Amino acid sequence: MYTLTGLELKNPTILAAGVLGTTGASLCRVAREGGAGAVVTKSIGPEPKYGHPNPSMVQLDCGFLNAMGLPNPSYAEFVQELEIAKKDSGVPVIASIFGGNSEEFAEVAQGLLPGRPDAFELNLSCPHAEGYGAAIGSNPCLVETVTAAVKEVTDLPVWVKLTPNVADITAIGKAAQAGGADAVVAINTVKGMAIDIESGYPVLGNRSGGLSGAAVKPVAVKCVYDLYAALEIPVVGVGGVSSWEDAVEMMMAGAAAVQVGSAVYNRTDVFSEISSGIETFLQRKGYSDVRDFIGLAHEAI
Amino acid sequence: MLPLNATIEKIIEESPFIRTFVFDHRFEEMEPGQFVMVWVRGVDEVPMGLSRKNSITVQNVGEATAKLFELKEGDSFGLRGPLGKGFSSPAAGENILVIAGGVGAAPLAPYAEAASAAGAKVHTILGARSGGDLLFEERFAAAGALDITTDDGSKGTKGFVTDVLKKLDVSSYDNIAVCGPEVMMGFIFKILQENEVLDKSEFSLHRYFKCGIGVCGACCIDRSGLRVCKDGPVFSGVQLVDSELGKYARDASGRRVKI
Repeated sequence: MYTLTGLELKNPTILAAGVLGTTGASLCRVAREGGAGAVVTKSIGPEPKYGHPNPSMVQLDCGFLNAMGLPNPSYAEFVQELEIAKKDSGVPVIASIFGGNSEEFAEVAQGLLPGRPDAFELNLSCPHAEGYGAAIGSNPCLVETVTAAVKEVTDLPVWVKLTPNVADITAIGKAAQAGGADAVVAINTVKGMAIDIESGYPVLGNRSGGLSGAAVKPVAVKCVYDLYAALEIPVVGVGGVSSWEDAVEMMMAGAAAVQVGSAVYNRTDVFSEISSGIETFLQRKGYSDVRDFIGLAHEAI
Repeated sequence: MLPLNATIEKIIEESPFIRTFVFDHRFEEMEPGQFVMVWVRGVDEVPMGLSRKNSITVQNVGEATAKLFELKEGDSFGLRGPLGKGFSSPAAGENILVIAGGVGAAPLAPYAEAASAAGAKVHTILGARSGGDLLFEERFAAAGALDITTDDGSKGTKGFVTDVLKKLDVSSYDNIAVCGPEVMMGFIFKILQENEVLDKSEFSLHRYFKCGIGVCGACCIDRSGLRVCKDGPVFSGVQLVDSELGKYARDASGRRVKI
C-alpha cells in the first residue's frame, strides 16, 4: 500500500482525467482489469455539455492532439456513475471537476459529494475551453481563490491540475498551495495544432487543442522537477508516461505518483505493466520503497 | 493517423434516405464490420461502417450526414481507418446467418460476400420499412439464400426480421451476424439468448463516438465498460449479456438516453 494525500493506493499509477472516465463501468474496468492504483473521472461541470465538434482527437507521429471541449453529463447526472465506480472499482476514485468561477467549482464539488469521491482534482488547465480550465488556471490569484473555495466546502483532499502553457508553472503551483491544495498534478496538455494540407482546414473540430503522449514527456518532467523544488505539497506527474521507465523518470524528477492517459490507446492494462515494472526496478536497485528515489534527480549533482 | 484525403468517385442513390459514396482509396486490410471516421471538413466527423473496401453507405439522419449528402462526385472528405474490431472471419463449410435491418445492411454485405468467398453457406434475413428501402438486396442474394421482410409488406414477408428468425432452427448456424436498429437488435438478442446461441452470435453496435480510437471513453457500454469504437463495434453476444443493449445509450455529453 502506498499513501498519497491520505488516499491508500495499491500502486502509484493513476488513470488520468478525461480518459475512459465518462462512465462508472469504464472506471471499474481500468481499475480491475487495467490495474490502476486509483482512477480520476472525466472532468465534470455544473451543466451538461456536448463538447467540441469532431474530430476531437487524432494520433500524430509523436503523440496525440485533442480538443474534447469538456463534454460531461453534469454533476447531477454523474453522481450515479461515481457511485458505480466507488462500489465496484476497489480503488480510490478522484472526481475531476471544472467550473467558470469559484462558485461553480464549489457547487460541482458539493453536488458530487453524495457519490462519495475520495478526493477532488480541479481542472484548472484544459487548454481549449473558453472561460474554463487554463483560462482560470493561468492566473495565480484565481487559482488560489478557486482552490480555497473548494477546500471551504469539503474536507476531502483537493488536487489541482496545472497547465504547462504559462511562463512559470511554479507560480501557479504556489498559488494552489496557498489556496490549501493537498497536491498538484502536472501537466495538462501542451497547446498544439495540426493542419490538413489537402484542404487547409485545421484537423481538430475546435481548430486547435492540446498535445499529449510521448512528445510532451520531457516538458512534463521539467515541470514536475521545478514544482517538486518549489512546493511543500506532493506533485503527481502526468504527461507521456507509457512505460515503467517513464514512470521512474517522472518520480526521479519528483513525482509522488504518476498518471497515465493517452497510453491506454495501446493497452488498457498499461497500469499493471508499469507497476510491476517499478517493482522489478526496486528489487534490482535494492530500494525498499519508491520513496527512495522520488526526487532523486535533485540530489544527483 | 491523420485523416487521409479521399475523393468521391461515385454516388449511388440506394433509397430515398440512403446513399453510397464510393471513394478513390481502397482499405485492402479492412475486416467486414470495421468502420472509418468520415470527416466532413468544417462540419463534423462521424463513424461509418465500410460497405466495401472503397465505400461507405450513409443514412441521412443528422447535421453531418446532411452535409455529406450535399457533396458531389469529385468532392472529397477525410477518412481515418479502418478502425475497431469487425466480424470474425468465416471458414469454409460453416453455416452463417446474417440478420440485417435498414442501413445495418451496410457492414453486413461485405461480411456475407467474404463468407461466401471463403466457402461458407450464407443465409440472410434482410429487413426494411418498404421494398424501396431494402439495401444491397442483390449482394446478399448473390452470397446465398435470402429472406426479405418489410414493415409494410411491399416486398417479401410483411413484418420484421424477427418473424422469420423465430421460425428458424438457430442452433444449426455456426455464426449469426446482426446489425440494424437497436430495438431490432434487442429483440434478436433475447431470441438468441433464449435459444442459448449467444456464443455463436455477433452484434455490431452503434454509439456516439468522440475520439474514435479508444482513449476518451465516450462510447463505453454498461456494465462491461467495453469501448464500442475499439473493443467493438462488433461484439460477441456473450459480451453483451446484462448490457445496455436495447435499453439506453449515451448522448455526446454522456447522459443516458432511453432507446
